[in-house]
Amino acid sequence: MTSLAVSDHQAETATPAKAIQPVWVRIVHWVNAFAMILMIMSGWQIYNASPLFGFTFSRSITLGGWLGGALLWHFAAMWLLMVNGLVYLALGFATGRFRKKLLPITPSGVIADTKAALTFKLSHDDLSKYNSVQKLLYAGIITVGVVIVLSGLSLWKPVQLHWLVSLFGGYDIARYVHFTCMALIVAFLVIHVALALLVPKSLRAMLIGR
Amino acid sequence: MGRLRKLLIPGVDKKLLVRDAVKTMPELTRRRFITAGTSLGALTLLTGCDVVDSSSAEELLKKVSKFNDAVQAWMFNPDALAPTFPESMITKPFPFNAYYDLDDAPEIAGADWKLEVRGLVDNKKSWTLDELYKLPQVKQVTRHICVEGWSAIGSWTGTPLRDFLKLVGADTRAKYVWFQCADKDGYNSPLDMRSALHPQTQMTFKFADQILPRAYGFPMKIRVPTKLGFKNPKYVLSMEVTNDYKGGYWEDQGYNSFSGS
Repeated sequence: MTSLAVSDHQAETATPAKAIQPVWVRIVHWVNAFAMILMIMSGWQIYNASPLFGFTFSRSITLGGWLGGALLWHFAAMWLLMVNGLVYLALGFATGRFRKKLLPITPSGVIADTKAALTFKLSHDDLSKYNSVQKLLYAGIITVGVVIVLSGLSLWKPVQLHWLVSLFGGYDIARYVHFTCMALIVAFLVIHVALALLVPKSLRAMLIGR
Repeated sequence: MGRLRKLLIPGVDKKLLVRDAVKTMPELTRRRFITAGTSLGALTLLTGCDVVDSSSAEELLKKVSKFNDAVQAWMFNPDALAPTFPESMITKPFPFNAYYDLDDAPEIAGADWKLEVRGLVDNKKSWTLDELYKLPQVKQVTRHICVEGWSAIGSWTGTPLRDFLKLVGADTRAKYVWFQCADKDGYNSPLDMRSALHPQTQMTFKFADQILPRAYGFPMKIRVPTKLGFKNPKYVLSMEVTNDYKGGYWEDQGYNSFSGS
């Protein structure tokens, strides 16, 4: 907890010298960031082999050089993403972090905080507490993360996991789901990085904890 | 075909080219092998260390791919059947796909063709097309999934490979059935024995109830609905039951060898 936060009414709930972002969160966050970038860049190269839409990704922003190389990267980074993601979910539930940080999410709270954010009136004094927009975005992106892994698994193993493919409505639809989740993650990433740069102490908290 | 050809890298990493030049790989292979292309430079910038523009990254990726082979073999349930579809869902026209144009597809005279059977089998006799056509056949309407991401539903009719392997007295404890084909540059591909014995793995003689057309692999293709398309060899000339991993046309260039779905 920062000195800022301990100062007034939050003092009773705050544990002195406790990090805003505990060390396990920081580790899984940066491992995830690394794995996610590998997955997205190699995924773009894989997409280029058989584009779903009328565009391809420039090779300057893809990974792997060609389809075979990109697949090697994608199916290597997937382990990092999966194992790290499972650790995050397990610890998120076990430590109560998800419950404490992300709940409750109310429509009125989201609307009020969105208004405040757009008029630059949103407070960032206590980084240990997420505002409603953050809660919604973080809960949302965790859900998208789960869906992109499940749709990816169904594309990787459509016979062994045919029930999962059916859940998505078929192989072709699973491809669109996988792509849409990627687009949502990239959109999240843009906002997330922009806001972290606007509030640099949030970036510092994710790097050194406080 | 073109889809993959379009992906060929215009500016190939020179260091890799030189290194690969000493290998006895064919030109195409050399150009396509996992290159540390320009895009990898971006990753070097991101990570601040030169992890990718080196053979160590390539070696690591190959090791992970081998690990993935083992994981997939472990996941593979020989009783899990590929979903089948009604004939109304067959993709028309079914795409022709290869690393060459249709004009360059092998033209095989059925009367002269013989399937060569080699390796760990009791009966190494070669089979004429007429002899093969007399074997019991079954039809399947399944989804062909290409490594590129697209898929298409087709109708294939032929003899289950496991029945044929039994007939020729193959040692089904062997690790692979290795297929050699008539495609230019000599297509070949290994199939792990458990996939070869899968009930839907088929020596295919017909597509959509017609004698297999040239585009789809006349006179015989191996249809493996539990594998990606490139593990479904066309224009098959021979099969060898073997314990040795003999590599394959795409496998040698970096496609994951198990590539099972």
